[in-house]
Amino acid sequence: MGLKAPPSPFSFQSAGGVSLDPKTLLQNFINGLSLGSLYALIAIGYTMVYGILRLINFAHGDIFMMAVYFALFFVTLAQLPWYLAAILAVACAALLGFTVDRIAYKPIRNAPRISALITAIGVSFFLESLAVVVFSGIPRSFRTIFPQSLNEMIIIGGEMEVKYGREVIVGGIRFPVISLITLIVAAIALVFLWWFIFKTKVGMAMRAVSLDIQTTSLMGVNVDRVIGMTFALGSALAGIGGILWAIRYPQVWPYMGFIPGMKAFVAAVFGGIGSVPGAVLGGLILGITEVMMVGIMPGAAGYRDAFAFFILIIVLSIKPSGLLGRPEIVKV
Amino acid sequence: MILTLIALPSIALLLFLSQELLNSYYSRIITLIGIYGIMAVSLTLVNGISGVFSLGHAGFIAVGAYTSALLTLSPEQKEMTFLIEKLVWPLNSIQIPFFWATIIAGLVAAVFAFLIGWPSLRLTGDYFAIATLGFSEIIRIFALNLNSITNGALGLKALPDHTNVWWAWGWLLVTVATVLSLAYSSFGRALRAIREDRVAAQAMGINVFKHQLTAFVLGGFFAGISGSLYGHWLSTIDPRTNTFGILLTFNVLIMIVLGGLGSITGAIIGGALFAFLSEWLRFLEGPMNILGFKIMGISGMRMLVFSGLFVIIMIFWPRGLMGRSEFSWDGLVSVFKRRYKR
Repeated sequence: MGLKAPPSPFSFQSAGGVSLDPKTLLQNFINGLSLGSLYALIAIGYTMVYGILRLINFAHGDIFMMAVYFALFFVTLAQLPWYLAAILAVACAALLGFTVDRIAYKPIRNAPRISALITAIGVSFFLESLAVVVFSGIPRSFRTIFPQSLNEMIIIGGEMEVKYGREVIVGGIRFPVISLITLIVAAIALVFLWWFIFKTKVGMAMRAVSLDIQTTSLMGVNVDRVIGMTFALGSALAGIGGILWAIRYPQVWPYMGFIPGMKAFVAAVFGGIGSVPGAVLGGLILGITEVMMVGIMPGAAGYRDAFAFFILIIVLSIKPSGLLGRPEIVKV
Repeated sequence: MILTLIALPSIALLLFLSQELLNSYYSRIITLIGIYGIMAVSLTLVNGISGVFSLGHAGFIAVGAYTSALLTLSPEQKEMTFLIEKLVWPLNSIQIPFFWATIIAGLVAAVFAFLIGWPSLRLTGDYFAIATLGFSEIIRIFALNLNSITNGALGLKALPDHTNVWWAWGWLLVTVATVLSLAYSSFGRALRAIREDRVAAQAMGINVFKHQLTAFVLGGFFAGISGSLYGHWLSTIDPRTNTFGILLTFNVLIMIVLGGLGSITGAIIGGALFAFLSEWLRFLEGPMNILGFKIMGISGMRMLVFSGLFVIIMIFWPRGLMGRSEFSWDGLVSVFKRRYKR
């Protein structure tokens, strides 16, 4: 021990060393895909609002947090069954998104973009402080709220061995049930979203508003209602994402929305902000790379939140319009 | 000018009297007003005057706080504090006076501001805001993980109680003098031209990138100074969201929006109001008596009031207290004249 070289401050202590066997990679891929679909669900809300209002809705991550609290309290206080609580919580999140738009963003529609951004930051902190006051700042557990079976492991392959007097399965590909459920729910939500945007009248109005607000309002579309609907739809998706997130990472506290919200925003920028397919693509790529990075370098796990921001900065400095976005042209 | 020369010693006298007459609680708040003033003025230079919108202020404040704390703590204290991993070599055996530690803190923060501003300033508007926010989060995450420099999640404790009214207000004076003289030089006019119309300013031959980077680095320098003072005022530093994370940036943002985005006087007033209000509103979090009903205090109520106030100001009163105008003696005189005529 005495001869050990002093650790450099920047060295990542590799706990398990570099692991690159194909089974682990596949397992990480599935988990990354599921995490990525959560980012995608949240990112859609950012990208839709940005596409219409050119506003970064900072409060989006906090609506995500609120949805989780709603679900928690519908189960614990109102004694509702978990599936009903989840549906109601998503509905409440949609209503909350709509209300936030009406109260805070509607009065400043024509203000400069920077004041809109500052207001959005203010709204975000308002929701966080509201959650601290109403739900208290102490973290709560989400573990017993939803059925335990959601967190069990699916194991494919592997052999039975007796270790420590118990039969355990060694090797194989393992991932929690919730990863699979997340993927399925996200896929259903995305299909619904696609149908809503491209096959309904409100969806058509949304697409029109995102192209040109003034012309659309001249065509007899109630622009404010369409924008409100956009907020509601985005918030509902964030609510779905939030509940799935809380099942996966069962710690609920008022600032839980900040990091997922920021990462989803990174995903939206990465995919090209304003583009819904871009947000999905960006979310998936971000989720997979993040899980893969941690899987390959376990010592760097503490930096996983910084990783998303690194991606953001690299994307912004190389191609700010993202993968599928349109470049913004400054007109004089 | 003469009035300013009279006003400065009288403020100093007032500060001296407050030190003598008021108890240590109040003198701590007065110190805090000075520190908040430095934070707000340095952010005003970036967000209000140069027309880029940075959300990374807390990162620079944290850099300043950590740098100066590592320099002023005695080697024995460091030995005791660093439980997870030992502090790396050059830092674990030096201790320098507070003044020089503060200067170095400012310089290190300025270096960080340069490194961050260089790539980010190619972006504009809300993209820049998000990039700086991202960088400040990266700084916080590194502070959380670099155990052998920052002591990780445990943070630094028992910082010497160096910050007093004189350090805080002295540095505030330096900050205000620098920023004011800068804002009303040709450099400051160029900055404001960029703020009003970036493309037109560029067409007039102003090097937008260079000007904004200089302002950003200077803002980072003073943020580092304020971080050093703030750390020694708090006497503990840790990398949680609430102390040196986005919440701190938000607090400084409240100050400058309250005072009027773009006004240096407004920033100082905003900082003072914020320090004062956040102490005064403490009653909300303690038990109280309303119409005979006993209400338990609710913790977190102050932040709710502040953020609500913030949103209301942004919607109904976006100019804040001072708008973009500055305090001047002529202005004060004309206010009184108008009163008198009526």
